Amino acid sequence: MQEIVIEAGRTAKNYWKDLWRFKELLLILALRDVTVRYKQTSIGILWAIIRPVMMMMVFVFAYDKVAKIKDDSNVKYQVIIFSGILLWNFFATALQQVSNSITGNSNLVSKVYFPRLIMAISSISVALVDFLVGLVVLIPMLCYYGYYPDWNMLMIPFFLALTAMAAFSLGLIFAVLNVKYRDFQQIVPLVVQYGFFVCPVVYSVSKFQDEWWFKYYSILNPLSGIIEGFRWSTIQNYAYFQWSSFVPSLVFVIITTFISIVFFRKKENSFVDFI
Amino acid sequence: MSVIKAENISKKYIIDHKKGNAPKSTLREVITDTFSGLFSSRDRDQETHEEFWALKNVSFEIEQGDRVGIVGSNGAGKSTMLKVLSRITEPTQGRISITGRVASLLEVGTGFHPELSGRENIFLNGAILGMKRDEIKRHFDAIVDFAGVEKFLDTPVKRYSSGMYVRLGFAISAHLEPEIMIIDEVLAVGDAEFQRKCLGKMKDASNAGRTIIFVSHNLTAVQGLCNKSIFMKKGQLVEIGETNQVIANYLSHIQKTGLSSSWETPEDAPGNDKVRLKSVKIVPKYIGDLKHIDVRTPFKIEIEFWNMLDSANLNVSLHLNSLTGECVFNIGTPSRKFEKGIVKAECEIEGNFLNDGSYSLSFMVVKDTSTPLMNFEESLIFEVEDYREGVSWYGKWPGYVRPQIAFPITQLEYENV
Repeated sequence: MQEIVIEAGRTAKNYWKDLWRFKELLLILALRDVTVRYKQTSIGILWAIIRPVMMMMVFVFAYDKVAKIKDDSNVKYQVIIFSGILLWNFFATALQQVSNSITGNSNLVSKVYFPRLIMAISSISVALVDFLVGLVVLIPMLCYYGYYPDWNMLMIPFFLALTAMAAFSLGLIFAVLNVKYRDFQQIVPLVVQYGFFVCPVVYSVSKFQDEWWFKYYSILNPLSGIIEGFRWSTIQNYAYFQWSSFVPSLVFVIITTFISIVFFRKKENSFVDFI
Repeated sequence: MSVIKAENISKKYIIDHKKGNAPKSTLREVITDTFSGLFSSRDRDQETHEEFWALKNVSFEIEQGDRVGIVGSNGAGKSTMLKVLSRITEPTQGRISITGRVASLLEVGTGFHPELSGRENIFLNGAILGMKRDEIKRHFDAIVDFAGVEKFLDTPVKRYSSGMYVRLGFAISAHLEPEIMIIDEVLAVGDAEFQRKCLGKMKDASNAGRTIIFVSHNLTAVQGLCNKSIFMKKGQLVEIGETNQVIANYLSHIQKTGLSSSWETPEDAPGNDKVRLKSVKIVPKYIGDLKHIDVRTPFKIEIEFWNMLDSANLNVSLHLNSLTGECVFNIGTPSRKFEKGIVKAECEIEGNFLNDGSYSLSFMVVKDTSTPLMNFEESLIFEVEDYREGVSWYGKWPGYVRPQIAFPITQLEYENV
């Protein structure tokens, strides 16, 4: 029979073992979030397609037809935007879901024990499902415009994982702060809104890639490397991705993931007292 | 064999007080306070951190198969104890070792999602309570049967009646197979029939060698279910032992200390420079040899305070609140002109009026029937015990009042034979 010892600071020792023990809960919470997302809608998961497609159409109209901004890349503008929006939506949804994962499950926090990290991890599921549905649209679209799948596509999971880690780690920090200061509920949407334009979501870096400040841009904006990397892996012969501008992204993701988990673990036990 | 061994458990909370201000809870307050703190040191001094020990050096041992009730008035630390035992919050000091799988039911249907169907919620709630998927599958039919919700399995639980919701929640937890069950107040809900089922289920569980820890304000239920009890007071363990003994001591203790508080001098008394509380008392007229208030007992509420204003029009407004903070009633004295000195207000609550349960008294001293001078929150907490005659049903009697209103029933017609 297992023996549990409860002591101040004791949870730390068995934390990762516990996390594994509760893996079924992780799955079921993820399933819950996904099921609930499109409950009582008549077209359900189709929304995951309609939203990015509509957004793409709006931007194609605004940039291409109204402002007549020429993208220097010789890649179809629709493809640039749709791939960007797809990955950005994944990042944004995951970030928001993770940020609200603790406060949104406050009834669980105050009533049952399990490693709280489970709530944060499981909340990425919603974003992931939306992304996968979007990918199903992206690939035929690429073929339609004449970009056929190649071996680079094997790298999609890698860039997806990096995006997930970036969203997860930032979201985790917000989630902790959110428990005590609900101000962050207001801040996260702002981050998402500004980030949309600061990151190469509806444009590619081709226009300013040769500027002297480009390297600072990629350092200050670690997501840009990941987004361009994602384009490189999906769009055939996409020439505007440089591994050098990707290094800051990698470093950023690794460091924030580490810091956020340490931060989360440190505050986790006090959630119930503040929520 | 002892399955739970707690040694010197303490839990400290820190309460922030700021003069004339609510505790800081938004980022803005933290930022502005930090900045103003840089420039003035006085601002800091107004803030006091009060340590509050919700639990203090609690030690006990629980043997396998024991059914242990935890009793105590509000704020005695019962809920904190359960939270510590179920690992929701860590103790500040001390050590507990628990042998065996623990399931804690601090609420019925924890984590139920209103949008999900009954079926989905069974799996969700089961997983939250720590059941494995195949374990849930194995018990699925039994759960549905126990809750009596076959027809509504695919209906979202938001459309369930509250009774169905509670039944489903309890049914899931009743089919847990932990070695140790920690249960908080779940019996306070549901209809009589269902409560009997629950109590029965809990007895079965303990007959099967499981250990149960049970917190309830319903002493009748504790007496019916538990063989041992723990009496807690202000975060400390007063007594652990045989249930009837502990409950008897608990009841006599409540009546001794709980029914009055008074202050010798205005300096020590709570209040402000306008009014200070001298005493607040509940004076029961016990029935027969009883030494506690039950639903039949009439009692007087007496409030005395020092008035420090010259010829002020004062009245007292009294709130009787339930355990959960809902107001049962609010009454006010007439407003009259008073000089400096001691003022007394009293009222009589007749017997057979309040239902059994815990109640708190709060009152305000009001000037000119409109300006509250001082609000005395929860100045007394008291319990009304259950008493029934001619009823063979032991579930919680619903409602905050149990008035004896004549409710005759007669046969109007006889069928012609």
